[in-house]
Amino acid sequence: METEDKKREDLVPIFIMGKRYDVPSSLTIQKAMEYAGYQLIRGCGCRGGICGACGTVYRFPGSYKIEVGLACQTMVQPNMYLAQVPFFPATKSVYDIEKAKPTIDTLVKAYPELLRCLQCNTCTKSCPMDIEVMDYIAAGMRGDITKLAELSFDCVMCGLCTSRCPAELCQYNIAILGRRLYAKYVAPKAEHLVSMVKKVEEGKYEKMLRELMETDEETLKKLYTARETEPEQAGEDWIPQDKTYL
Amino acid sequence: MPYTEELKQLIKKVEASRAARVEKKKKGEEVPLLSLRERQERLEKYHPDFREGSRREIRVGPSKGYAISPEIVNLLEAKSRVNPDAIDLTKIDYETDVLVIGGGGAGTSAALMAQEAGVRVLIATKLRHGDANTMMAEGGIQAAGKETKDSPYYHYLDVMGGGHFKNVPELVKTLVTDAPKSLAWLERLGCMLTKFEDGTMKALHGGGTCRKRMFYAADITGAEIMRTLRDEARNRPDIKVLEFMPAVELILNEHGHCAGAVLYNIETEEYFVVKAKSVILATGGSGRLHIRGFMTTNHYGATGDGLVLGYRAGVGVCFLHTVQYHPTGVVFPEQAEGILITEKFRGAGANVLNIDGEQFVNEREPRDVESASFIREATEIGKGVPTPSGKVGIWLDSPIIDILMGEGAVKREFPGKYILLKRFGIDICKEPMLVYPTLHYQNGGLEYNNKCETAIPGLYSSGEVSGGVHGENRLMGNSLLDVCVFGRIAGISAAEYVKGNPKDGKLNLDHVRRYHKELEEAGIVTDRVAPMILPDYSNPEVRKHQLTSHYVGTMR
Repeated sequence: METEDKKREDLVPIFIMGKRYDVPSSLTIQKAMEYAGYQLIRGCGCRGGICGACGTVYRFPGSYKIEVGLACQTMVQPNMYLAQVPFFPATKSVYDIEKAKPTIDTLVKAYPELLRCLQCNTCTKSCPMDIEVMDYIAAGMRGDITKLAELSFDCVMCGLCTSRCPAELCQYNIAILGRRLYAKYVAPKAEHLVSMVKKVEEGKYEKMLRELMETDEETLKKLYTARETEPEQAGEDWIPQDKTYL
Repeated sequence: MPYTEELKQLIKKVEASRAARVEKKKKGEEVPLLSLRERQERLEKYHPDFREGSRREIRVGPSKGYAISPEIVNLLEAKSRVNPDAIDLTKIDYETDVLVIGGGGAGTSAALMAQEAGVRVLIATKLRHGDANTMMAEGGIQAAGKETKDSPYYHYLDVMGGGHFKNVPELVKTLVTDAPKSLAWLERLGCMLTKFEDGTMKALHGGGTCRKRMFYAADITGAEIMRTLRDEARNRPDIKVLEFMPAVELILNEHGHCAGAVLYNIETEEYFVVKAKSVILATGGSGRLHIRGFMTTNHYGATGDGLVLGYRAGVGVCFLHTVQYHPTGVVFPEQAEGILITEKFRGAGANVLNIDGEQFVNEREPRDVESASFIREATEIGKGVPTPSGKVGIWLDSPIIDILMGEGAVKREFPGKYILLKRFGIDICKEPMLVYPTLHYQNGGLEYNNKCETAIPGLYSSGEVSGGVHGENRLMGNSLLDVCVFGRIAGISAAEYVKGNPKDGKLNLDHVRRYHKELEEAGIVTDRVAPMILPDYSNPEVRKHQLTSHYVGTMR
């Protein structure tokens, strides 16, 4: 059955769950699966590399190495054998962030298996975001919440690390606990926000906003055009000349 | 793939003009912003909303006669996915106090607040919890958070100016006054917003802002907000979540109140009945309709489902006559086409340039004006940058940020985009990005008020599915703010309504029958069904071979 399509020169063979399809070499794995005829339900989300729905594992014939990628971000390569891992069972500890403390005890109580890490580095090698997963787990084991948060920040929670961990950790859920502890308790609080919220609640801006709401369009346009703009390169200490509506 | 030799040659022109542009930045010299009149002219001449065929009147329903994008009209002028007579509404599969339809930022915020108010909450979502445009928002969240230089007054002016002064004032007021509180709420939940060492949150400009009030979490602000909200929801086991279960129809009761929804398990193809005392529509936007054939930055599930559900039940729509095209979507490499390049790049100082490396517009005009200016430069002026796939783009000079903010700034402030383009062999610290306008946001939507109430008692609307707060054009950073502010309000309002013991009554789908009849009476003969649920990206060649004449037995 020689269709027009098969004559295209840019087609390369890929093996989706072991079955061969010939797809254009310029496609990502995700688009190649659609080209092959799949209507995706699982394993497809933002299509932009951030939601973590399309974790994919693949291998080439003759190679021992398991490769990983996000299907929406990884180009097809000839003879790749691939399968998506759209879901992997994970442990998720339920905790009260209001009562938690930013300590190693919180991490270990929520995820006792954290201490089972073998430091084999398989997680890091399995991360499509190039995150130093083992290093942030190590930071967690030392109780270094800041490092845990910083190193794991780019995590898209695809679960590939978890799928391959011999110690059966769920790294990404440990990571988000760490980041929330860091942001809530370790990083200094934004004091400017506290005072702003207070001013809003006291009704400081109520009257001036009501006035704006009742203003006709022409006057509003004048106020808009005349408003003072903070220069782009201004420093944190910039203060406007007109302070009437602050 | 990396830049081709031709493009690399053209990048030299960008590099050649860079030093002079840095000097201008340092002196505070900018390309002058357009006046309101000039903005209007530019939009009318070059914005896709004003092109021939970009609007068509809706022939049925509460907003009959209103002209909007034909792609959305097609959805509204379509039949239900289900035969109302085939569903037994006396058999209830799930019962709850508040049903939240949509598991994105607005839906999850609503669920958290409703749960805190002490009512039972059920979230039904089409894909996974958190699969939403919120996850993809990058640049930041606006709030007048620094009283020494900003206030809700200025935020209000900016929002109105961005929206062509057509916005619903009450909604805008709520948005800007609740903004600082919502940001503080995120901080309290443990959302890792970018800060100075003393805890002061860092902020930048966005297009159309007069103060730097764009707070952010590196360049993945939405993802950080979404994963935090989702984690919090998962910490509250009495918030139930049904994934891969989109709603396909609202259910009303005999008193005309909203009383549940019909859900569809997209894996088993079963329909389920949810009975609820109140319902929140938080289904998000509609970029996957590919309006005017544009590529989109939107999530796979952004197919405007909530518009269809609400409209059929009797809620009018507004501000859908404008569609937001984000000026900077990736146009090269082709594999990343349509992917959003956050406005934060321009907020951080990146110029936009034509093929000769020249500036042609201030990089911080509101999005619609910026997009129209790109289209003008690439079409009428003819100074766009041609790509190997036959498209055309505009340069976004990211390397200038390292010069302005110090070596390493691009990598530090934009880790998400750095790694994304690095995978394709482009180093955005050293090479500019090639971008073009891309379908980004549904400016309008269902009519609602500042308590998120709609025309139907018991039905609430929140987030991108709703219309009015952004007027005819949303500013950057106001969508993440919108989902937090109005998500929270919807949750609180819906819980209050439930506590007021709304009248129980017999469930029905009469509005669907009426709608079908109205379609028939308007002479609309179609086999279209809506909501769409997922876009169709199947290969037409494969389709040709799908010859099953009708489905029997196990093989679909």
